[in-house]
Formats: sequence, C-alpha cells, structure tokens
Amino acid sequence: MIDDRAFWLLTAGLGIGTYLIRFSFLGLLGGRTLPQWLLMHLKYVGAAVFPAMITPLVLWPEATGGQIDPARLIAAAAAFVVGMRFSVLGAIFTGMGSLYLLQALGL
Amino acid sequence: MTSRSAFWRGFADCAPFILIVIPYSMMFGVVARDAGLDVFRTMAMSVLVIAGASQFTALTLLKEDAPVFVALLTALVVNLRMAIYSAALVPHLGHARLGVRALMAYLMVDQAFAVAVKRYESPPPLSPAERVAYYFGCMMLICPFWYGGTLAGAILGQAIPASLSIDFAVPVCFIALVAPGLRSLPHVVAALTSVAAMLVFSGLPWSLGLLVATLCAMGAGVQTELYMRRRADRRTTA
Repeated sequence: MIDDRAFWLLTAGLGIGTYLIRFSFLGLLGGRTLPQWLLMHLKYVGAAVFPAMITPLVLWPEATGGQIDPARLIAAAAAFVVGMRFSVLGAIFTGMGSLYLLQALGL
Repeated sequence: MTSRSAFWRGFADCAPFILIVIPYSMMFGVVARDAGLDVFRTMAMSVLVIAGASQFTALTLLKEDAPVFVALLTALVVNLRMAIYSAALVPHLGHARLGVRALMAYLMVDQAFAVAVKRYESPPPLSPAERVAYYFGCMMLICPFWYGGTLAGAILGQAIPASLSIDFAVPVCFIALVAPGLRSLPHVVAALTSVAAMLVFSGLPWSLGLLVATLCAMGAGVQTELYMRRRADRRTTA
C-alpha cells in the first residue's frame, strides 16, 4: 500500500522538478545562443537517449518478470527495421502486430 | 505558410503518436490503480508531471517503499534528458515571450519534441512565428490524449487483459521514434554506444545508468562526426 504523504511529497516534488528541468534553458536562457560544441552534442540527443531507454524494456520486460522473451526481441527488431526503411506508424504496427503473431504461435 | 496552417501541420505530423500515447497513458492509469492509487491521485500525477517514463519509475519505487527522496531523485534523473530538449529548442523557439515559453515548458514531451526538432532542421525553413505555432500543434495533440488515456486506464483498469502485452507499446514507441533518425554513421554509432553503455551501466543506482549512457552516446556521435570530417579534409587536401 502506498503511503499517502509519501505519494503527495513525491508527486509535488516530481511535478515542480520536472517543470524546472523543462523550463531551464528555454525559460531562463531565452534568446541566447548556445556554444558550438553544445549544439553539436545536442544533434545526437535522440539517438543517445532512446536506445538506452529501449534496451532494458526489451531485454528485461517487467511483464515477464525481467526474463528475456524471444518474441519481444524479434518484434522489437522487426519494428526497428520497418521504422528505418518505412515509417513511424508502420514500425508501431509491425512491433505490436509481430508480438501478437509470435505469441499466437506460442513463442 | 501561415501560423494557423503551421499549427495544423504540427498537429498532423504528431498524429501517428496518438496511437501510442493512448495505450501508454492508459497503461499508466492501469498500473497506478493496481499499485493502490485512486483515480484522483492517478490523474494528479499525470497532470502535474506529464512524463510517462518518470511516472512509471516513481510509481515502481513507491510500491517498493523506497524513501521519497530516492524515488524523487531517480524520477528526476530519468527526466534530466528534458534539460537537453529545453536547450535544443532555444535556437528555434527562444524568441517567444516568457509566458509562451512557460507554457511550452509544461507541454514538452518526448514524441512531440522529436517531431518538432526534425521539422525545424529540414527544409523549407519556418518563420519564427510558424515554429511556435508548429510546436503548439505538436504538443497540444499529445497532452489531451495523455490526460484522457490516464483517466480511461484508471477507470477501466482491470478490464484490460494482460494478454494484450500493452507494456510492449512503450519500447515500440521509442523504437519508432529513433529508427528513422539513424541516417548517418555518427547517429548509428551514437545509438549503438547508447545500447552498449546501458548494458554496462544499467546496474548503477538510482537510474543513473540512463544518464551515463546518454552522455557516452552523445560523445561517441560527436567524435565520429569529427573523425569523418578530419578524414574528408585530409582527402581533399591530399
């Protein structure tokens, strides 16, 4: 059971903290230009953040109790290939669709 | 292109993500109710935070009876990536009024950020006013669905069968976001470094692994770009 005081402390803190992170540069540094080295690094933010977020979710999914699930690995790979070659929406449908297919096949 | 059409363009460009925001937010509603929160508290978290990954992190740690400051720090570390989003948006949106930027900050989410920056960096360039309108078009689409999905998940809750593997929608969404962007060697190197570093550092306490992996991967991307540039320079001078 979640303690009510702990919940509200955490939610308020997370709400305010997350807002301040989002506001940081956009709010406080307004129209200032960023140094070249920083801009260069920012180009790779997406490619740097998402794979690190994906890795544990695909390798050790909570739904399987953290066990490696071949169906999810294959479905993730299929989504990746379709995402690279075709489209965002295609990747989503392929990912979920191939997982359902593999589960239906008993993998 | 007028500001109005730029808004609707952003709205349309982000539309595919509705299909993923709905299950993602519903899943949060379901998981939160499952953890013992009521509908009001579940909604309070989604409205005050609007950052799925950190909400899931916070919830998991709360369930495990982690100290509040540990749960808070962990969830904030997960959200630190948004400081980078905030900085990345400055060259495109830094001209807007403070009140407008304050609202932009509240609405800043992964999917819409990725779509907006991709548009800003491709031709034809948008005017400053169009960039602001495009941003709100992107963000306004995600936000109501995030609230609505959380509410639906919290209310419908247990009716969703586990056999739908709705949890898998989260990594699939991130894969769909990152895959189309891996068009150059430095981007591919950054992505591979990100995965490798996460495998090495995932054991670090307080979700620090994500932050460390991100910084390593960004460095790897930049170094690859610089290396390729130096090599091209040598070739042209030789």
